[in-house]
Amino acid sequence: MILVVVPAYNEEKRIGRVVRGLFEHDYKNVLVVDDCSRDNTVKMALKAGAKVLSHKINRGQGASLETGNEYARRNGYDTVVHFDGDDQMNPEDIKMAIDKIEKGGYDIVLGSRFLDDRSKIPFFKKFLILPVSRWINLVFTHVKLTDVHNGFRVLNKKSLDSIRITQDQMAHNTEIVKQIKKNKLKFTEIPVEIRYHEFGQGIRGGIKIIWDLIIKV
Amino acid sequence: MYVIQILLVIFFLFALSRVVLRYRVGDLRVGGLVFWCLFWVIAGIVVVIPNSSAYFAEIVGVGRGADLVVYVSLVVLFFMIFKLNVKIEKINKDITKIVREESLKEK
Repeated sequence: MILVVVPAYNEEKRIGRVVRGLFEHDYKNVLVVDDCSRDNTVKMALKAGAKVLSHKINRGQGASLETGNEYARRNGYDTVVHFDGDDQMNPEDIKMAIDKIEKGGYDIVLGSRFLDDRSKIPFFKKFLILPVSRWINLVFTHVKLTDVHNGFRVLNKKSLDSIRITQDQMAHNTEIVKQIKKNKLKFTEIPVEIRYHEFGQGIRGGIKIIWDLIIKV
Repeated sequence: MYVIQILLVIFFLFALSRVVLRYRVGDLRVGGLVFWCLFWVIAGIVVVIPNSSAYFAEIVGVGRGADLVVYVSLVVLFFMIFKLNVKIEKINKDITKIVREESLKEK
């Protein structure tokens, strides 16, 4: 049973499209974890047909994903998809990831923007921020990946049970990779498309992630 | 006695009274009570008898009493920041747990 976990914060304009897109691709179990949005995210997600859990206090994307994971553990799901709520991801990419899990024997599949040319990554991000981030990730995790922090991943039951996200904010991406290594999970990357509406994590966001990784153990 | 000494002693006495009050209402444990009482009493002694810090400075090998006060203050401050940081992190994690459990109750 597959659960798509969609963390969302102030995404009233996009969350409906994201949920409908997932339903159109036949993913029937869509869980939106609303991180105390100040707008109508909950209303729009419910209207689109998603199951919604709401954080009463804003706790960050990492905390929202762990809430989704915990929901999956308690309700007997054996596959969890992490899928952003800002309409940047393509639901078509989920199928290949699920196939890797079901037929390839992988425990966790991570999306990469660098394995094909569908993602139009902003120049500054592609040639400066992401290479530096990849190197920082390698230092912290000792796992070499082609991409960092795009948020698309699919976990099987083994990964779901062994990965616990304790980084409430954006450092959870690196934390998950660290736990993949620690728990000796079989992982692979697949090409995914990320459509840019906004720049995403800037330099300031990156510094915050490094700070969290060092301080919040 | 200079005015600054009088003002500081009054402040330290006030701080001591707060420490005892916090202990009485249960916000502070015995260890905390002893630490903070000692802290403010020593601060009072150093202010009332400035040469006392010079005596200790000589024992530990620091040139001047005032330098010793600055060094010790810095160490105490950094340690307190560390302790506060750990505490805040723990509170943050606890808040997340409560918020998560609360949200998972939604049907």
